[in-house]
Amino acid sequence: MKFVNFINNIDKRWIYLLVALVVIIPFVFPVGCPMRITPPVQSMYNYIEDSIPENGVLLVGIDYDPSTMAELHPMAKALTYHAFYNNLRVLFVTMYPQGSGMGQDIIDKTLTQWNSANPENQKELGRDITLLAYVPGVSAVMLKMGENIPATFNEDAYGNKLENLPVMDGIKTYNNLNYMVELAGSSVVLSWLMYANGRYKMKMGIGTTAVSAAEYYSYLQSGQSNGLLGGLKGAAEYEKLITENHGYAGRKDASVGMDAQSSAHIFFILLIVLGNIVFFIKKYKEGK
Amino acid sequence: MFIRRTLPLLVAGFFGIATIIQFFVPHPASRTFYNMVLDWMIIVTAFTYLMAVQSTIELHTTKIKRKVEGWQYSLVVLISLGITAFIGILGGAFTPSTILMKLIPAFKPSSTSPLMYTYLYMQVPMQSTIFSLLAFYMASAAFRSFKARSFDATMLLVTAAIVTIGRVPLGEFIYKGFPEIIEWILKYPNMAAQRGILIGVELGMIATSLKIILGIERKYLGGGK
Amino acid sequence: MAISTSIWIWISALLTLAIYSFLYKDNPFYKFAEYLLVGISIGYGISVYWHNTIITKVYNPLVHDKDFLVIIPLLLGLLMFSRFFKNYSHLSRIPIAFIVGAGTGLSIPSSFEFLFKQVQGTMPTAFTIGNLIIIIGVITTLIYFFFSMEHKGFIGKVSRVGITFIMIAFGAAFGYTIMARISLFIGRIQFLLSDWLGIIK
Repeated sequence: MKFVNFINNIDKRWIYLLVALVVIIPFVFPVGCPMRITPPVQSMYNYIEDSIPENGVLLVGIDYDPSTMAELHPMAKALTYHAFYNNLRVLFVTMYPQGSGMGQDIIDKTLTQWNSANPENQKELGRDITLLAYVPGVSAVMLKMGENIPATFNEDAYGNKLENLPVMDGIKTYNNLNYMVELAGSSVVLSWLMYANGRYKMKMGIGTTAVSAAEYYSYLQSGQSNGLLGGLKGAAEYEKLITENHGYAGRKDASVGMDAQSSAHIFFILLIVLGNIVFFIKKYKEGK
Repeated sequence: MFIRRTLPLLVAGFFGIATIIQFFVPHPASRTFYNMVLDWMIIVTAFTYLMAVQSTIELHTTKIKRKVEGWQYSLVVLISLGITAFIGILGGAFTPSTILMKLIPAFKPSSTSPLMYTYLYMQVPMQSTIFSLLAFYMASAAFRSFKARSFDATMLLVTAAIVTIGRVPLGEFIYKGFPEIIEWILKYPNMAAQRGILIGVELGMIATSLKIILGIERKYLGGGK
Repeated sequence: MAISTSIWIWISALLTLAIYSFLYKDNPFYKFAEYLLVGISIGYGISVYWHNTIITKVYNPLVHDKDFLVIIPLLLGLLMFSRFFKNYSHLSRIPIAFIVGAGTGLSIPSSFEFLFKQVQGTMPTAFTIGNLIIIIGVITTLIYFFFSMEHKGFIGKVSRVGITFIMIAFGAAFGYTIMARISLFIGRIQFLLSDWLGIIK
């Protein structure tokens, strides 16, 4: 009983310290467990790899902010790289002002890293990729894009008229885009599915936070989305795919976190088991 | 009375019904109307954000004026807001503005804007760190309140344990069958319940929308006469 | 790699640590960071609105393209500011009514379409155990949330099955939530160990 009381009264801060340690230690001493690719990740990868012709357009919805960037930023980066490997054009769009900053950060970093690693195939802002201006209105914006994309935004986020940008060549509505991956952890995903996919038949895949991943299996089964990246693990799987098939050699933000993720999950299981042991011992003693 | 209550309800009802009818009428005039409504919505929505900004500023100025406890922090809000908005508007959003490049020639069209510095090196670390605190609270909650008290709680516990352990590489290493088991859980029992909830929520949303258009639901207009 | 010499990385790191100090106990450093975040994020929002929305969607069309149709929504939007004048504050209800009315009108047909797709997905195309589970799960979950009927007798039994499905779904979501929260912390640790301290690559 002494043990039970000790465990029950333990200062929360000791648990916090242990959480920090189980995450930090694997970073310093990495193991590198092998990882398998799950079907929803594979199907999104396959669609981008096989079904979009060269110079086709990938629309990426950057509808997240710094609070969930740890999970979604690596996805945005891996998707951009994948598009670059296949010489696709990339358009970033966002429904939140915070998303613009996230998109700008990805564009800035991937362009610098890509161009220094691939001098023979340089990518350029405005020609191969751009971030559309943030325009408020969510559902109105998504619907207007189905009528006229240049008239929805007028300019990109940097103040360039869309009609003057080579990346926008031949793009009028969703019909001229090949695929959209929506990266978000909020109800904005539902709006994209309702308007872009439902009303304008835009082919879509979803990248989401692990919190929402289980929920979005409904969209996967109904065929509204043909792929799903769930949380940091989903991003790590995508990184693995572009590494194996295209020789990606840059920093793998998601994959390097997998050891820490594994050890932290084991730690959580131990906490739950310990909590239950204490619970049952107490119940037994009190029942006696 | 007409302007205060009836007119807003008529406006909401008119645009609600008109946009629904528009969906079923492919006539060019209907399309023009549809496009016009979308354009208007985009611009009018922009002003709702300014309203939110205004109310935050008002909240903190009142706190400072009344010297309520911790008013110094409200000063932090207003000063940082003012500085960020100033350098953002003057210096450009994502690339340096022409004015900034004239004033400080070190800024080139390709350089990072001053606003992005405050975003990337102040806002991003703070916001992402605040949310990462949840990892710690979750650990404490897992230990304290996640108990197999009943059949239902045990079902939840077992599923959670399988997903937690099996969705990471180490779990896949311990038992090769984990990914298949988890995909199965997610695709069938989990998906079925999620869809049941989703359908329920969607039906509720449609009902509320109809109530708004018909003027039965009026909460969005706020209180008052 | 070595410890960072960039002043900006140091600012980021110190702000990160200021927020983590809350785990030990509430303190002025945490409070300062918390309020600083509020101010900076609103300031950032204003800037993005200014350049990407006001200039792009209002100023340029009006001044450069002479598109005077912009004036109507502009006036409608400006009506929102009537809230600050006591006697005219009710005028702000008109733009709100427009946004809410048009927004709900636009959403209704698409919501039905969406619902239809979800129901369609539930209809079995072949007789398999999986499809059977889906149908039973969807129906029993819906019945569980149907509060107009008392959960007694047959309905009570059916909604019990519904609860079991819901518990499995919540369990899966809980497992995934653990993953999500840890990932957020991993993101910060990566920043601290790699970008700031340079301990890892």
